[in-house]
Amino acid sequence: MSDTALTPGIRAGRLNAAAYDENFGDLHPRLDDHEALVAADRCYFCHDAPCVTACPTDIDIPLFIRQIATGTPEAAAKTILSQNILGGMCARVCPTETLCEEACVRETAEGKPVLIGQLQRYATDVLMDQGSHPFARAEATGKRIAVVGAGPAGLSCAHRLAMRGHDVTVFDGRAKPGGLNEYGIAAYKSVDHFAEREVEWLLQIGGITVETGKRLGNDLTLKQLQADHDAVFLGIGLGGVNALGLEAEEKDGITNAVDFIADLRQASDLAKLPVGRDVVVIGGGMTAVDAAVQAKLLGALNVSLVYRRGRERMNASTFEQDLAASKGVRIITNAQPIAIHGNGAVREVEFEYADDDLKPTGQTFRLPADQVFKAIGQTLDGDGLPDLDGRKIAVTDTGRTSIAGVWAGGDCAAGGDDLTVTAVAEGRDAAEDIHASLMG
Amino acid sequence: MANLESNFIGIKSPNPFWLASAPPTDKEYNVRRAFDAGWGGVVWKTLGEEGPPVVNVNGPRYGAIWGADRRLLGLNNIELITDRPLQTNLDEMTRVKRDYPDHALIASLMVPVNEDSWKDILSRVIDTGCDGVELNFGCPHGMSERGMGSAVGQVPEYVQMVTEWCKKHSNLPVIVKLTPNISDIRKPAQAAKDGGADAVSLINTINSITTVDLDLFAPQPTIDGQGAHGGYCGPAVKPIALNMVAEIARDPALKGLPISGIGGVTTWRDAAEFMALGAGNVQVCTAAMTYGFKIVQEMISGLSQYLDEKGFASVDDLVGRAVPNVVNWQDLNLNYITKARIDQDACIKCGRCFAACEDTSHQAISMSDDRTFDVIDEECVACNLCVNVCPIEGCITMERLPAGEIDPRTGKPVSDDYANWTTHPNNPMKCAAE
Repeated sequence: MSDTALTPGIRAGRLNAAAYDENFGDLHPRLDDHEALVAADRCYFCHDAPCVTACPTDIDIPLFIRQIATGTPEAAAKTILSQNILGGMCARVCPTETLCEEACVRETAEGKPVLIGQLQRYATDVLMDQGSHPFARAEATGKRIAVVGAGPAGLSCAHRLAMRGHDVTVFDGRAKPGGLNEYGIAAYKSVDHFAEREVEWLLQIGGITVETGKRLGNDLTLKQLQADHDAVFLGIGLGGVNALGLEAEEKDGITNAVDFIADLRQASDLAKLPVGRDVVVIGGGMTAVDAAVQAKLLGALNVSLVYRRGRERMNASTFEQDLAASKGVRIITNAQPIAIHGNGAVREVEFEYADDDLKPTGQTFRLPADQVFKAIGQTLDGDGLPDLDGRKIAVTDTGRTSIAGVWAGGDCAAGGDDLTVTAVAEGRDAAEDIHASLMG
Repeated sequence: MANLESNFIGIKSPNPFWLASAPPTDKEYNVRRAFDAGWGGVVWKTLGEEGPPVVNVNGPRYGAIWGADRRLLGLNNIELITDRPLQTNLDEMTRVKRDYPDHALIASLMVPVNEDSWKDILSRVIDTGCDGVELNFGCPHGMSERGMGSAVGQVPEYVQMVTEWCKKHSNLPVIVKLTPNISDIRKPAQAAKDGGADAVSLINTINSITTVDLDLFAPQPTIDGQGAHGGYCGPAVKPIALNMVAEIARDPALKGLPISGIGGVTTWRDAAEFMALGAGNVQVCTAAMTYGFKIVQEMISGLSQYLDEKGFASVDDLVGRAVPNVVNWQDLNLNYITKARIDQDACIKCGRCFAACEDTSHQAISMSDDRTFDVIDEECVACNLCVNVCPIEGCITMERLPAGEIDPRTGKPVSDDYANWTTHPNNPMKCAAE
């Protein structure tokens, strides 16, 4: 073990170059042609298949797998993408083990589902590698629609609207479109700039203008967008990050997990990205796991993921928990942070054990920490938005908000899981409703 | 431990597994390896008449059908008889038989249809010490265009005539290998018997085009943009072969005619099925060509275990045991009434039984909102399709309704009397009760 690995503090270059490449390579490399045929052959082509029911975008999974099995992955891709235009990314990031693959009858039969996610990736990769775009625009309608947020919900909505013949402008506050596909998600799930390539591919349909660096509230107002467009779709995600509510939360070394993940995704040289020797991640969701695993892969010596409730309550799936454990992340449950210790920079985090109802036990422990990532959830950010339902924008089944002419979907909208695939479905369905109401 | 030693028409071999006349038996080198691996006998690759040997194509000579994971299910070939000089083959056969006296060595023969040609070739092979001859009346490609192979096998009169010549000009046991490319396999079998054949062997390969190259628009295997039909073999042809073996075995006129079973034998179980239908031994080719000679070890151990489990002392106890149960349709008991039964604990809720029954059969399976599948006895005709499409073995079974119970489909009580079509009231040809 090199000295660098043991050096305390937040330091870059803890690993050699080969280790970075290996650690951040594709988590599940694409199936080769033969592997895809073997995997496809396991599908039973179920009647009214449970996997389709379990898919938030209702992809016709048995059909696309049969299309792979018969040597037409391009047709398979079209089956996928006609329901889910971001089927390529969803194939990489969907928690399939709690969706289609959990419902697969071979999971029931053998505990080994058909590799639906990997087959979906195979098909979509084949098509995208050919550079072709299988969808064309309908005759122009002359309608103009603003989509705010170029994440999964916004892109899905924009593509479907463009397909229906509308002209779409997509605004996004960041420098690049893609939303969490580009700035969230662990790097090993989206290698080789896939998110960027997917957006470029999606935009091939035409009729979509992307304006980056424009954020609702700063550069845009909802009123002006409505005045300039026939309809507005809000897919603005959750811009705020929940705080721990502790004193000394601003100490050096304490950052939001989402920012760490975004920095990592945008880094051109991972060896220049600093990471602590002793890292503590607070939270129990996908973001917490992505931050913890990647901190470990960047060369942190000790990474602890601390969640306040029991393991079965963690939002991260069992697969994600197992992945974290396999990479050497220590998962500690039933512990709430109660104090941050350190002089200027964080040195230790103090926790108190709590039961599943969060009742403190009075028993405490401290974890050494030179870097702390907060991953206890994100919140909707912004003023002048449509009415809320709880802490998110209230929407109907098709994404209509309290303001006529304004739709919303994705993480910013109430209801649904905060999953990429759910956002895609909501964006798509809102687009169809916008189309219907404009052309009615 | 059951005795696997085989005595087929007086030809002894350590076990009933022979390699069929085919590419694996074309050379001394291969045959020695086969005997060393455990094969009981070998039918040498078919010999032609003296003179310049036939030539084979120089492009691909096999085509294939695959199942999942490229499991080879069917093989087709356009290879001809041996393309090596006759004397080379005869010399090699002589050496092999000398070194493996306890193994069966059969000469497969194919020469033009005239008595002198057959007399000549017989006189040559007798000197090798071989245990018998097999007359190749089966190959459906290439040689048949020259009036040999299946061109002979398709004309019972020729079959009888050539068989008679062979019996006349040698004392060797004569096995007649039959082509399946004919409408009634019993006719050439009868002709062979009438000609004095000691046994028949079947099936030879089936006329086939395995696949069409959809870019070249040519059959495969493709030779310079064209293809010819070939002979189909391997696991895919086994059901056809089993039926033809059974047709001969149960024909009263052919009773006692020994049969060497051929056609897709891949495992001990396949071999046992052929034997149960009347084959005295089996011949194997495609399985060896797919997996190598070592597969015979599984066949030996598997058949031996099966015979032990059944309490059979030898292969002879198995041969023909299923033949009495192969009957004509009209002999089947129409009072045998079954219904499909679904084991809900085993069901994985794929719904294939429902789709098959609802779309293509009798609408006799219901599907609930929670994906529970139940049989509707009022509609179930016991067709067995649900059993066949269910991916879980044993999940759906056919259960017999006991006598006295009302069949909900017909509303009539189940009878335990045997009654078949010949006496059914709907049969215009029914026999009067005596």
